[in-house]
Amino acid sequence: MTFRKDHLLGIEHLGPDEILAVLDLAEGYVELNRGPRKHADALAGLTQINMFFEASTRTQASFELAGKRLGADVMNMSMQASSIKKGETLIDTALTLNAMHPDLLVVRHPQSGAVDLLAQKVNCAVINAGDGRHEHPTQALLDALTIRRAKGRLHRLTVAICGDIAHSRVARSNILLLGKMESRIRLIGPPTLMPAGIDSFGVEVFEDMREGLKGADVVMMLRLQKERMDGGFIPSEREYYHRYGLDAEKLAHAADDAIVMHPGPMNRGVEIDGTLADDINRSVIQDQVEMGVAVRMAVMELLARNLRRRRAA
Amino acid sequence: MSLLLENARLIDPEKDRVQPGALLIENGCIKAILSAGAEITAARSRAARVEDCGGLFLAPGIVDLGVKVGEPGERHKESFRSAGQAAAAGGVTTMVTRPDTTPPIDSPEQLEFVSRRAQVDSVVRIAPMAALTKGREGREMTEIGFLSDAGAVAFSDGDRVVADTKVFSRCLTYARGLGALVVAHVQDPGLSAGACATSGKFASLRGLPSVSPMAERMALDRDLALVEMTGARYHADQITTARALPALRRAKENGLDVTAGVSIHHLTLNELDVGDYRTFFKLKPPLRSEEDRLAVAEAVAEGLIDVICSMHTPQDEESKRLPFEEAASGAVGLETLLPAALRLYHGGILTLPQLFRVLSLNPARRLGLEGGRLVAGAPADLVLFDPDAPFVLDRFTLRSKSKNTPFDGARLQGKVKKTWVGGAPVFTAE
Repeated sequence: MTFRKDHLLGIEHLGPDEILAVLDLAEGYVELNRGPRKHADALAGLTQINMFFEASTRTQASFELAGKRLGADVMNMSMQASSIKKGETLIDTALTLNAMHPDLLVVRHPQSGAVDLLAQKVNCAVINAGDGRHEHPTQALLDALTIRRAKGRLHRLTVAICGDIAHSRVARSNILLLGKMESRIRLIGPPTLMPAGIDSFGVEVFEDMREGLKGADVVMMLRLQKERMDGGFIPSEREYYHRYGLDAEKLAHAADDAIVMHPGPMNRGVEIDGTLADDINRSVIQDQVEMGVAVRMAVMELLARNLRRRRAA
Repeated sequence: MSLLLENARLIDPEKDRVQPGALLIENGCIKAILSAGAEITAARSRAARVEDCGGLFLAPGIVDLGVKVGEPGERHKESFRSAGQAAAAGGVTTMVTRPDTTPPIDSPEQLEFVSRRAQVDSVVRIAPMAALTKGREGREMTEIGFLSDAGAVAFSDGDRVVADTKVFSRCLTYARGLGALVVAHVQDPGLSAGACATSGKFASLRGLPSVSPMAERMALDRDLALVEMTGARYHADQITTARALPALRRAKENGLDVTAGVSIHHLTLNELDVGDYRTFFKLKPPLRSEEDRLAVAEAVAEGLIDVICSMHTPQDEESKRLPFEEAASGAVGLETLLPAALRLYHGGILTLPQLFRVLSLNPARRLGLEGGRLVAGAPADLVLFDPDAPFVLDRFTLRSKSKNTPFDGARLQGKVKKTWVGGAPVFTAE
């Protein structure tokens, strides 16, 4: 069981064994992070640069913490404010950074495929921290770890993903990952928020949330972006909450031991009921945040191993 | 000055046949087509010069409808000189140029500039199109009469759709009065806004904003209704989806003066070729599904689609080395048009005469040009080629200033050996 990639650009190109390699390594880091001495040296001597072309608090913090706990020198660059505004192209930015000899580049970008493009132009390991509507692989990996710890397995589960599937990179990465792990996937949402060609994804699609939740082991809620609420894709926030907001009544249709997930940040009262989100018997939302750091540590360690091997060769 | 091209296989798209023979050229025109041995022997003794074609195929030169040259405005992407050389090397003897330059060709003065520049620099013929509306803004029509007098062969706003139906209907009506041809891009502007892929599984997986193939049918339906209303001469620049075909068929059956084209890229590539965001495959309209590609190729074979063009759109490295959504659309195609089109011949979809019907004869006819025919009296615009010669394309060998071809590294079959314009050689393969 080996992780063979030079970059983590998406779940699409990962094999099931590579996914499990990340999760198994991350298990160890969950323990480390809970202990008194939260320090390892897998990235000692390496430089990690976090380039966020799109605002992020939690993902950036999670990557920063993961890098620091593994001993890397971590630098955060907020790209919205910098040279992009001065007209520099993505590739020039990449080449400039490349000249500073980073080892790990964590990139978030508002456009699909931008991280792939960047990875072609630099000679360090690149991690996609979310590109446009394309993929957000570490989110899917941390979700998988959370599910595996709660349910004991990743196969033969029924996972319902609810909300704005069309614009969600989290949904795409999760659909790909859970598909590779042979779980059943249901997508729930209004047809305006479903991507085209969804019929050929090997998933079941539901417009009726109660029907879609029936017997589900995992209920994954997605964040509804503010800009989608103004009549363009759905008529109003309150109608959306009425039809697709997760509350105790709707959740009662899922399996008795179903867990509730959300990638955050939550819109309480829009896609999820506040009380439900805080219910420690059902909600694993805080676990997701915890698993996030561990999974990112594992991903970076595996990429750093491959990087060192490549450089030694 | 007379020239005899002998030992050739002559492709006649009009008579739909290939026959061995020779061709006598005098004063830049085809003087005679010779097939009998005695005729050829007689011509050989009379001709000032004799060339042996080595048994290869000789066809009327390609008339490429919709070539973008970067003059004025973007000469660093393509000049008349570089485009002309690329065309000659690709067997294209007439470039029908697009008006979507910077600034656009929307006045007789602009058109004269283009014609003058072309005459000085291009080794192949230029037949310029002019803009249909001023600034290609879709508000006021251009001086269609003056522009026609100045040599515009058709009127088009390039890849912009005249969204206002009232404006468009007036343009069509006015053009009808002058017998001018209107070339339109068919893509519903609202539905396709912001899209850079065709909606479906692939675009969804890649997370790219996409447009339903229905947008093409919607625009075609609208245009055909206006053509029925106005009686204008109309050509749809690129029909690329199966759904648009029944409307086109109906319009033709009802006797509307309508023709349609398709780019060679949409006939030989599909959306999956984009792969991991390869921007050289970003086209307008976006590449379609394999089902659409096959349906459109079938429509070319049965004559429903009249013209294959390269939709030559040079883009420099900077405008392509960007995230997919931001990257510029379009591909160069002058030099690869024939080799790529020969995929349809090798694939058994089109015969060689059928191929040159859509590459040469039909576009020339539609635009009222003299070329595209292999008959006595036609201009001696010719291409000699070997349809079987295999090669792997290296984009840096292209003569275009811009190298944005989707066929980089592709295996192609078919090489141009020699091209003549008006009986004079403009390209000879090494």
